[in-house]
Amino acid sequence: MIVKELVEKLNMQVSAGEKGLDRKISEGYCGDLLSNVMGKAPEGSIWLTVQTHQNIVAVAVLREMAAIVITGGYEPDKETQEKANLEGIPLLLWDGSAFDLSGQIYSYIKAA
Amino acid sequence: MSSLKKIFPVNKKDFIHAGEASIYVKNLLKSLQIDPKIIRRASICGYEGEMNVIMHGGEGSLFLEINPDKVTLDISDNGPGIENIELAMKQGYSTASERYRELGFGAGMGLPNMKNNSDEFAIESEKGKGTRVQMVFYTGGGGHAG
Ligand SMILES: Nc1ncnc2c1ncn2[C@@H]1O[C@H](COP(=O)(O)OP(=O)(O)O)[C@@H](O)[C@H]1O
Ligand SMILES: [Mg+2]
Repeated sequence: MIVKELVEKLNMQVSAGEKGLDRKISEGYCGDLLSNVMGKAPEGSIWLTVQTHQNIVAVAVLREMAAIVITGGYEPDKETQEKANLEGIPLLLWDGSAFDLSGQIYSYIKAA
Repeated sequence: MSSLKKIFPVNKKDFIHAGEASIYVKNLLKSLQIDPKIIRRASICGYEGEMNVIMHGGEGSLFLEINPDKVTLDISDNGPGIENIELAMKQGYSTASERYRELGFGAGMGLPNMKNNSDEFAIESEKGKGTRVQMVFYTGGGGHAG
């Protein structure tokens, strides 16, 4: 599934990185400890985190992730949006919990 | 084939440019069609090395050398150095501040991840002088056949 389809299905807000909306999601990862995410997240992941600072974009680029979702209603820093635009990594916002969102995404990408 | 060398500045507190050297390295290795598994490991090591200089180190650099058979990352800084290297290498050990931890840094996994993801790993540090971490990744190339 591509990021854009998921955004539409779940009515997620796109905060930045629109040019990456056609990236393919093949996996998922949840985590807020950057070294753990860097070491373990699979390529093609949609990454759910509560971190909002610019370094999350570098992690997503280096891990070749499909998109970042900031969960729990947090807002990204301006620098994070700028980096996401520069790198073409979709930065999505979700007001609800990571648990709830994971369950929904899982049904699309893993159980399909 | 001769070797390709590049050097990138990496400096304390420079969160704005954090990860840029590693992203450059990753893209370069990709363009050279290096095995994606090796690119993945080198990306992890480059990122953790950069973050350590930015969070704990001083003025420094990430030096990259690509040879037909191996990729070398040499990350050094002139910061405060590490008093007890054995302790610093332990999984979970971190001197990161509470503020850095809230931002998701300071898991104490950087140095162990760098060691686990490189084929050769060497760390040198002297208190008050600085730190140097060298990592080698064998790419399986030889310049000749195989
Ligand atoms: N370049 C460096 N300069 C000074 N101290 C460092 C450097 N790199 C690592 N250290 C020390 O080693 C500790 C462990 O490093 P690491 O395993 O990367 O964990 P973390 O960065 O999450 O604290 C750090 O908390 C710090 O005390
Ligand atoms: Mg570290």
